[in-house]
Amino acid sequence: MGLRWLLNRLVVTIPVFFTVVTAVFFMIRFAPGGPFDSEKELPPGVKENLAAKYHLDEPLYQQYLRYWGDLAHGDLGPSFKHANRTVNEIIAESLPVSAELGLLALFWAMLIGVSSGIVAALKRNTLWDYIPMSVSILGICLPTFVIGPLLVLAFAIGLDWLPVAGWESWEHRVLPSITLGFAYAAYLSRLTRGGMLEILSQDFIRTARAKGLSEARVVLHHALRGGLLPVISYLGPAIAGILTGALVTETIFHIPGLGRFFVESALNRDYTVVMGTALLYFALIFVCNMLVDVAYALLDPRVRYE
Amino acid sequence: MSKLSVDATGFSTYSRLLQNVLRLRRFTVGVTAVTQKESSGLWSDAWRRLKANRLAMFGLIFLAFEAAIAILTPWIAPHPFDVQSLENTFANPSMAHWLGTDALGRDVLSRLLFGSRISLMVGFLASMVSVIVGVVYGAVAGWFGGKIDSWMMRIVDVMYALPFIFLVIILMVYFGRDIRLLFLALGLTQWLTMARIARGQVLGLKRKEFVEAAVTVGVPTHRLLSRHIIPNAIGPVIVYLTLTVPAVILEEAFLSFLGLGVQPPHASWGSLISSGVEAMEIAPRLLIAPAIALSLTLFSLNFLGDGLRDALDPKGSTD
Repeated sequence: MGLRWLLNRLVVTIPVFFTVVTAVFFMIRFAPGGPFDSEKELPPGVKENLAAKYHLDEPLYQQYLRYWGDLAHGDLGPSFKHANRTVNEIIAESLPVSAELGLLALFWAMLIGVSSGIVAALKRNTLWDYIPMSVSILGICLPTFVIGPLLVLAFAIGLDWLPVAGWESWEHRVLPSITLGFAYAAYLSRLTRGGMLEILSQDFIRTARAKGLSEARVVLHHALRGGLLPVISYLGPAIAGILTGALVTETIFHIPGLGRFFVESALNRDYTVVMGTALLYFALIFVCNMLVDVAYALLDPRVRYE
Repeated sequence: MSKLSVDATGFSTYSRLLQNVLRLRRFTVGVTAVTQKESSGLWSDAWRRLKANRLAMFGLIFLAFEAAIAILTPWIAPHPFDVQSLENTFANPSMAHWLGTDALGRDVLSRLLFGSRISLMVGFLASMVSVIVGVVYGAVAGWFGGKIDSWMMRIVDVMYALPFIFLVIILMVYFGRDIRLLFLALGLTQWLTMARIARGQVLGLKRKEFVEAAVTVGVPTHRLLSRHIIPNAIGPVIVYLTLTVPAVILEEAFLSFLGLGVQPPHASWGSLISSGVEAMEIAPRLLIAPAIALSLTLFSLNFLGDGLRDALDPKGSTD
């Protein structure tokens, strides 16, 4: 596992990133309806001033170069709809909220998914196996936007145990993080079960048992490392999915996170916010995928990146 | 294999995922092996095995029933989907409105029927887009091989890393929420795996005697691909297609739930669920009815997909 592989991968990504930025930039400029064609007709003077302020009066290539220059400084530009706010400020406010929600969901998913998967594999063909596997079919088939509202209906409106929406106390965090993590817990549970079953039937596990190791040590020390490989490889798509799922979860529960901002801006056609947020999502997903691949290489001696 | 693909690409997370979740490699190999025996036997054998699978048959029957209703909706729906009646909002179920009315006094059952029509149509057409693009791309890459193949598949690997759903949202924002654009955009998010499957099949078929014979007698390439290669590579493609349809239906529902897909007064399951969420404290059935329709459809498609995979892959173990 070398530095060269990482570099190689970065080099492959550069043209993709370049294409995405260019495509999105020109989509913004040629979008039907400019950012200031709002409900009220603006006086021509105001329009010119606005255009000058946002550099919309410069030739196109200059705007394009300016966007790259700003991007290089990490500046994603001003919001067209929220006066006096930059995309960076919006992201700085909402990203921590989304990160907390996402990490919480991932934590649930790992905890419940992996442990139920291990138990199901060890107690194969008993209720310990059947019940989690049946529930996980639900989790895989039902989308976030069905599970979330049904949970609200049951636990917030019906039983009145938890708040319907908002993001203030820990109680507000329970339903959203379960909603977001449920599908991933389901997948992880199945992957862990499959991975563990495969490993547990191998010769080196028999050897470990034969030399008299305790069952706990066989499972935790010898089987888990190999059995968790499919789980690790699934984490990349899982993180991408949790980021996407946050769009829905944050909308359902009115959470002031990045996902809800992205959806709102998309509905309001706040082009710069949409683009800035989307680029951030791309970057996050790319980095997470890379980290997951590195983790995979560290855990599986058969994989060598060159 | 996993080592090779990692070395070659680096972007192998998804392929590993698919191997784990779908056990793709296995059914691809299995189908190729069966095709060698007898081509008519494959389909009758597969049908026999499918019939023995109760869940898959339940899925098939449910989907056929649903498709029939969706096609007949304009004639059998009790009311139009967009006629409002503001003095009759949130009416409880009755003989006139079997599922009651919504916030604007529209008949819920009729909206559900017309919504199913749109959701199923998006699922079907977008999957067709993904099959056509994926199979053509994969077949070309597999057939020509060498440098062309390695570059074409490298592009696919790079594109796996893109979160397509964000690109679809951006497209919908900039070009208006046109439903034809939706078919196209959603189809284009799903063709990558299809291209990989088709390429693998074509690579295997290329070395078969009947293909070599066709090349020898000088059949032109486009004819060779369309008459000899693609029809023989279609088994795994069909299996993956039954998994693409629910994925696309879900994506459409996701976009419509967020308000970025189908636009009012039209409805799809996603937008019906979204308005059901707004009204769930007053009338939970507005949420529950489309949620059940969507869930049953997704279950059926998944069961059918699983059943087809087992039916076309007799060698696969039954774990």
